Amino acid sequence: MTTHTHKDFLDQRHLPHIWCPGCGDGIVLRAYTMALAELGLAPKDVVTVTGIGCWGKSDDYVATHALHGTHGRALAYATGVKLGNPDLTVVTLMGDGDAVTIGGNHFIHAARRNIDLTAIVVNNYNYGMTGGQYSATTPLNSKTTTSPLGNAEPGFDICSLAETAGANFVARTTPYHIVSLKNLLKQAITKKGFSVVEVITPCPTYFGRYNINPSPVANMHWLKEKGVPVAKYQQMTEEEQAQHFVIGAFVNKDRPDFYTMYQQINSRNGTEREGER
Amino acid sequence: MIIKENVQIKIDERLCKRCGICSEFCPQNVFSVRNDGIPQVTAPENCTSCHLCDWRCPDFAITLEVIS
Amino acid sequence: MNRPVGKQFMQGNEACVFAAIDAGARFYAGYPITPSSEIAELCAEFLPQVKGVFLQMEDELGSMAAVIGASAAGTKSFTATSGPGFSLMQENLGMAIYTEVPCVVVNVQRNGPSTALATRPGQGDVMQTRWGTHGDHPIIVLSPSSVQEYYDLTVRAFNLSEKYCTPVIILTDEVIGHMKEDLVIPQLDDLEIINRKVPTQSIEEYRPYQTGDDDIPAIAPFGSDYIVHISSSCHDETGFSNSKPQTADKLVRRLHRKIDRNIEDIVQVEWFGARNADLCIIAYGAVSRTAKQVVVDAEEKGLSVNLLRIITHWPFPDAQVKEALNQAKAVIVAEMNLGQVAQEIQRLNSSHTPIYSLTRIDGEMIIPSQIMSKIEEVMRS
Repeated sequence: MTTHTHKDFLDQRHLPHIWCPGCGDGIVLRAYTMALAELGLAPKDVVTVTGIGCWGKSDDYVATHALHGTHGRALAYATGVKLGNPDLTVVTLMGDGDAVTIGGNHFIHAARRNIDLTAIVVNNYNYGMTGGQYSATTPLNSKTTTSPLGNAEPGFDICSLAETAGANFVARTTPYHIVSLKNLLKQAITKKGFSVVEVITPCPTYFGRYNINPSPVANMHWLKEKGVPVAKYQQMTEEEQAQHFVIGAFVNKDRPDFYTMYQQINSRNGTEREGER
Repeated sequence: MIIKENVQIKIDERLCKRCGICSEFCPQNVFSVRNDGIPQVTAPENCTSCHLCDWRCPDFAITLEVIS
Repeated sequence: MNRPVGKQFMQGNEACVFAAIDAGARFYAGYPITPSSEIAELCAEFLPQVKGVFLQMEDELGSMAAVIGASAAGTKSFTATSGPGFSLMQENLGMAIYTEVPCVVVNVQRNGPSTALATRPGQGDVMQTRWGTHGDHPIIVLSPSSVQEYYDLTVRAFNLSEKYCTPVIILTDEVIGHMKEDLVIPQLDDLEIINRKVPTQSIEEYRPYQTGDDDIPAIAPFGSDYIVHISSSCHDETGFSNSKPQTADKLVRRLHRKIDRNIEDIVQVEWFGARNADLCIIAYGAVSRTAKQVVVDAEEKGLSVNLLRIITHWPFPDAQVKEALNQAKAVIVAEMNLGQVAQEIQRLNSSHTPIYSLTRIDGEMIIPSQIMSKIEEVMRS
């Protein structure tokens, strides 16, 4: 078997990429390509499905098969790809807009259906590509270009949403925690059923500038300080918890995935079919 | 006997966007930053090849190779 | 699956499903909507029996996206819907056209706009099939007028879709979808089945959107040794996004050219009655059945009337319609909308032939007496 390095999954022809200095997208992409290489996959085994937005441009830099679609529909395309050829490893790269705002419906149903896909959700708490407007994960009171005095809506907790909707694997980390990021991606890609890895990612240009700090380094420090492991988080007071977010794997179960169930149920013979009517 | 690995760190100035993350978070202070914001390897002997610099580089600008 | 063959008595939507499976469809994603739901129900029953997959998606936005995904993975795919769902599919219909992913969309038209009369027939989506999705784009739209033709055109839709790497829409209506009548289903061996082009280049030199003189790409399925990049953004021959003005121009012009240069292969009409009649009725779908009866009735009354039945809506049968306009002294366009095709015919009317638009939008069929009184009115004037 040919072994591949992360560079075999990276299409370097289009570098330097479009992302701003200090944007976490490049780090997540690096972790993704490393995870694929360490799993022993080949570029032809993998379909990378992207949405629209900053992170949605990541297909420009991948050497796997790729499908860059319309805003919010990445999981719907990916569902078709997986059922069109169940042997493929199908990974969706979506931002918070794609995954849980415009594409929120597909997200909860992909989790409920437990389709064998991986969703790498880069959450930078705002729409970077269009100029830093609020999304469905922008926290209450946060300033964005469409909430200049503060956001009147609370944000979704992507991991809780995925867990409640039925995903088999749910985790959260950050680009600062690069080793755990790579390892969680490997677990998610290997897991049969729907897997979600939420990556809280800095956007120094917009969300960071308005709510944290415009400096890329300061945003990385923010991730380092705010992201705390489950054990530590549980020991915090409610007040402290509100100032932090929990990182790690929260769900790891083996509910049968959609295609397995579909094949099992549809292998029933004709008399059973009639009897059920 | 501990043989220190020979580590080569290359910085592609065409790709670097001068975010400063590599030098800020290098556990061994291998880097210093030039006036124009581009990092330079100024203490290579300190490198433990932990890879945090190239893995965390958002721009694919750092290549860290261990030469045996 | 027990494949029906030979003379059968079945519903239009039922014939569509057997035709799709015969054409090689093995994936359906859709959201139930009247009057198309039978297609979903029968796919749910029969697709697993041919190792295919039926998937009930959360909405029509996702249905169309899943169809594109499955087709890109090499599985012939389709969906069915009606007006409200077809509106939601416009987004990814444009995606399928622009990325040249073959697929078939069945729109069983009902009365519109909005929810309107959900169980009643209409023909108000003719222009939506042409211009529903944004931007300049070509489209192929086929309109059956019998259960037999619904079967035949469904097979043809998959064939055209695979041949030209583009979505094909079957634009039918509640009457044709729900009516039951005789049809003959051919032996599988007697069906012509076309599959999409396969690449012939080396893996290293392969560019999925590179075309030869025929303007048609050879896009390998995901998972093949040929790495395929499909992008809804402006893309060059590699499939990767490329925002150069000349790339944008070249791509959209080629998409049009690959259809325009094959008009003769794609466009079908049916002439009924004397070719040199004084008056020509132009109709399609369920209304063309009424019109046929009127041509027969008119002959009995000694009136010289024929019918030009549109089978291929888009690309529009310009040449055939011009022939009708040049030949006849007057043209009546009968349709269950406020003259969508009549306006398109007016576009071609350099001969200044009087065009009478006969419309009905109350959810009821256009009946023979309605057309006949129009003919008599036109003949008097």
